[in-house]
Amino acid sequence: MLHLFCPYCQELREEDEFHYRGQAHIVRPKDPESLSDKEWGDYLFFRHNPKGIHHEMWYHVSGCRRFFNVTRNTVTYDIYETYKIGETPAVTAKEETE
Amino acid sequence: MSQKNRLAQGGRIDRNKVLNFSFAGQTYTGYEGDTLASALLANGVDVVGRSFKYSRARGITGHGSEEPNGVIQLGSGDSTVPNVRATQQELYAGLVSNPVSGWPNVNFDLMSYLGKAGAMMPPGFYYKTFMYPQKLWMTYEHFIRKAAGLGKAPTAPDPDTYDKLNQHCDVMVVGGGPAGLSAAYAAAKTGARVIIADEQNEMGGHLLTFDQTINGSSGSLWLAEIVAELSAMSNVKVLCKTTVMGYFDHNFLVAIERRTDHLGERAVSGTRQRSHRIRAKQVILAAGAQERPLVFANNDVPGVMLASSVTTYIKRYAVVPGHKLIVSTANDSGYLAAIEWSKAGRHVVGIADSRTDSDGALVAEAKALGINVWFGHGVTEVKGGRRVYTASVAPISVQGDRVTGDIQNYDCDTVATSGGWSPVVHLSCHTGSRPVWSDDIIGFVPGKALQAQHCVGSIVGDHQLADCINNGLETGSKAAAQAGFGEGELLVAKPSVEWLAEGKAQALFLVPHKKNISRAPKQFVDLQNDVTAAGIELATREGFESIEHVKRYTAMGFGTDQGKLGNVNGMAIAARSLGKSIEETGTTIFRPSYTPSTFGALAGRDAGSLFDPERYTAMHQWHVDNGALFEDVGQWKRPWYYPKPGETMQQSLNRECLATRSSVGILDASTLGKIDIQGKDAREFLNRVYTNAWSKLAVGKCRYGLMLKEDGMIMDDGVTSCLADDHFILTTTTGGAANVLEWLELWHQTEWPELDVFMTSVTDHWSTMTISGPNARKVLAKVCNDIELDKDAFKFMDWRDGTVAGVTARVFRISFTGELSYEINVPANDGMFVWEAVIAAGEEFGITPYGTETMHVLRAEKGFIIVGQDTDGSVTPYDMDMGWCVGKNKEFSFIGKRSFDRSDTQKTDRKQYVGLKTKNSDEVLPEGAQAVWDPKQAIPMTMVGHVTSSYYSAVVGRSIALAVIKEGHSHKGETLYFPLADGRVIEAEICDYVFYDPKGERQNV
Repeated sequence: MLHLFCPYCQELREEDEFHYRGQAHIVRPKDPESLSDKEWGDYLFFRHNPKGIHHEMWYHVSGCRRFFNVTRNTVTYDIYETYKIGETPAVTAKEETE
Repeated sequence: MSQKNRLAQGGRIDRNKVLNFSFAGQTYTGYEGDTLASALLANGVDVVGRSFKYSRARGITGHGSEEPNGVIQLGSGDSTVPNVRATQQELYAGLVSNPVSGWPNVNFDLMSYLGKAGAMMPPGFYYKTFMYPQKLWMTYEHFIRKAAGLGKAPTAPDPDTYDKLNQHCDVMVVGGGPAGLSAAYAAAKTGARVIIADEQNEMGGHLLTFDQTINGSSGSLWLAEIVAELSAMSNVKVLCKTTVMGYFDHNFLVAIERRTDHLGERAVSGTRQRSHRIRAKQVILAAGAQERPLVFANNDVPGVMLASSVTTYIKRYAVVPGHKLIVSTANDSGYLAAIEWSKAGRHVVGIADSRTDSDGALVAEAKALGINVWFGHGVTEVKGGRRVYTASVAPISVQGDRVTGDIQNYDCDTVATSGGWSPVVHLSCHTGSRPVWSDDIIGFVPGKALQAQHCVGSIVGDHQLADCINNGLETGSKAAAQAGFGEGELLVAKPSVEWLAEGKAQALFLVPHKKNISRAPKQFVDLQNDVTAAGIELATREGFESIEHVKRYTAMGFGTDQGKLGNVNGMAIAARSLGKSIEETGTTIFRPSYTPSTFGALAGRDAGSLFDPERYTAMHQWHVDNGALFEDVGQWKRPWYYPKPGETMQQSLNRECLATRSSVGILDASTLGKIDIQGKDAREFLNRVYTNAWSKLAVGKCRYGLMLKEDGMIMDDGVTSCLADDHFILTTTTGGAANVLEWLELWHQTEWPELDVFMTSVTDHWSTMTISGPNARKVLAKVCNDIELDKDAFKFMDWRDGTVAGVTARVFRISFTGELSYEINVPANDGMFVWEAVIAAGEEFGITPYGTETMHVLRAEKGFIIVGQDTDGSVTPYDMDMGWCVGKNKEFSFIGKRSFDRSDTQKTDRKQYVGLKTKNSDEVLPEGAQAVWDPKQAIPMTMVGHVTSSYYSAVVGRSIALAVIKEGHSHKGETLYFPLADGRVIEAEICDYVFYDPKGERQNV
């Protein structure tokens, strides 16, 4: 069971309190009608499935009801950071390979 | 005659407390402090079970969680537990136990004759033998299960209670031997919160059976003192009888504490077992090592035991499990069994040591006691059926791979073996760290730590007591420092510990036989699964090279003991057959649970009515008092229908439906999700998340809305009302309330944080009762005098503030029945009062309470959809013929809109929402029935849709159904067929989905 640090509550809490909400940083297109079916399909359905660093969104459903982002290693389940919506991650896959 | 193997003194048992117990129907006596295994051995019980494949007699082999044979059915009736290891079950008065194998019984086993008659079961037996014909597999399996079976689960609910505890600590220590205790002690002295758990009934580990001098006096004194001190510290929790069964992500461990299993079959008071869910800052694994047996011919005959188990039974339980002992060992520690056996006054025939020599202290002590020591020898074979009666001792080569001389046979009844010590790497393995082979230690040790984890003691190959204690202290202090307590320097003095000179151990796994592996008598590797050295060799010959494949092909390590005893030997034998080193072959990995865990301990109190929270409305007791039957909707208990005495369900529904259509009915609708939305951008927010246009919804008005996912498919529906220009109340389906709130928050927080909008769930704040039917207005008028109820003043899809029965209320004129309806919302605390007032007011009109089933029928008569029943996440508003509630001209491209133009949503053969009328008007289609155009076509048929809702409608006087059918809208009037599993084929005509009052006049009166 994961131990997650909620960046709003500023506390480590048990995974039970959270919902996983999938890949983070997917921005809704500003003008959906101008997109081709393929572009819209990419936005709708296609997600990364990295082995290693993944930025994902979690929801503190039994806590502050805020969404936030987590940088997690999908192999080791290590959590490198959690950060608020709108912030950029400090740890990215590119940096790790360097 | 009783307890013939019990010594007159010694052991950690209380001879004043005699306990009666039974095994396989025979009664025996033992003492408090015994395990079931030690008590059975004390009474000279040799055979405790029959083996899995060959039905050979098996006896107690070990003394702890590694025991593969002494697996018993404990207790009887509802509290019985299958697959309990007799070596771990403490004896209590009246204990009832039975073997789990053997048919008709362990002493006379029919299957063994089958085994001897040549029903050979080589590895891959199941794959090879029972594959064909496939349909006979169930027959085979039944037979195999009956023959092999490992215990029976009780069929009635467990009468005991169990608990879960969430624990937090700075340092978690697994294992209460000298290393673990020292680590816990040093960590605790820094002020860190420490939990130490051990699976045995008392702390001490190896010190319980082997006393060495510490600080000039007995090691048991040191043990007693350190346990007493730890137990007295407020920052330390000492958990005996507690197995850490799993080590999970982020230093989360689960430990199962057996609180009353040593006292009786049932917990007399309190909980029987408790699971501790521990989140630790630092974890210290001091789980120790388990002795490895040597593999030789017929090594499964009762009387063959682990050397350390023999020592343990003598020292700890004062039981000598035989009269004439031969030891076969590849290291010094095996000598201890012979020394203690001899000191107990029984005869040691000799010690066969595979090594050429050893200058260890124990070897010297054995020699001094006059025990024969045969260096360069091993026990290659024993003979016996229900007990060993002779052992063959032969000189073997220095490499331990062949017999080099003449074999001597010696009479004996017990053979104790030691092939070395395997560190208990299981928990470290749970974290995903692969164990690493060490030639030095001759065993797998924990791999690189992946979490905040430390290992100390014999788990890393330190067998010297001095090393265990000193390294334990240092590790404890280091772990505490890493958890933020102390600087890492030791706050306690290191004791002076007697050093035990030790000769170098030899890596020996399989003792060679005169014949080669495939011709020699069976050399067992995994006793519980009857896996032999020959079987492993055969698997490698058949091409299985990966140790994981060898494991699965032979079933090695598949038993309840998970290969604790045999796996390392099996891997070594596989490696040798493959011509590789053990390091190259590697190990299989261990997964939780370390030993079998009971479901009770894992479930805790989350069973029965506490399995999931139950939610009741404020009027729940009225429903109960008035005979309602209930339906689970999410966590809510909703009235399903209110049967009168003697009524069938259909008769109740017909009565409830007709009463509502002809006069007035009342529904408790409190469970509908209600979300209060406020903020100056609330209207814009609604525009974005709903298909409908909200810009012009005036204060006092309500509107039905559809919510889509971004793929254009219907997700939820409900009525939203405008309370003020910046204040709305939105209703959701009962089951969807929490998801909808999360969905709205998701869009607000992640995409449109600039919108000024706030959302709060108010579902529980309000009690909601819907009165519906032509007399609804008359009923409401009797309890409400401050809202003008005239049809033109309070129109359909309006809402009003006022009072009902004197209570502040919001009244919504909305309808899910197609009748004149009012939805009365009052603060939940007043719900019951107002409900009773409305019921009283409606009495003269025969007001009839109805439940969810009648609600479903009434709405189906009108063709109103239920999201999640008539929709399934793959239908658009257009599929459901609800294009009328899509605001096509809204400025913002609302969620899901763009997907209407995708090729998939545009295709012409999508399933569409229609009604169905069966040809036989009394026949009700089953929901889920699949539709075909031609019932005579070959199977598999081309299915064109399915029934989503289906009822008998009293007011229409026939069965009605709703369905989604490919291109259904353009096939009205045509006939579809529904072939059912029972062979019937129901014929139905596609029609409009509105069956009653198609013009919608009844709700507008």
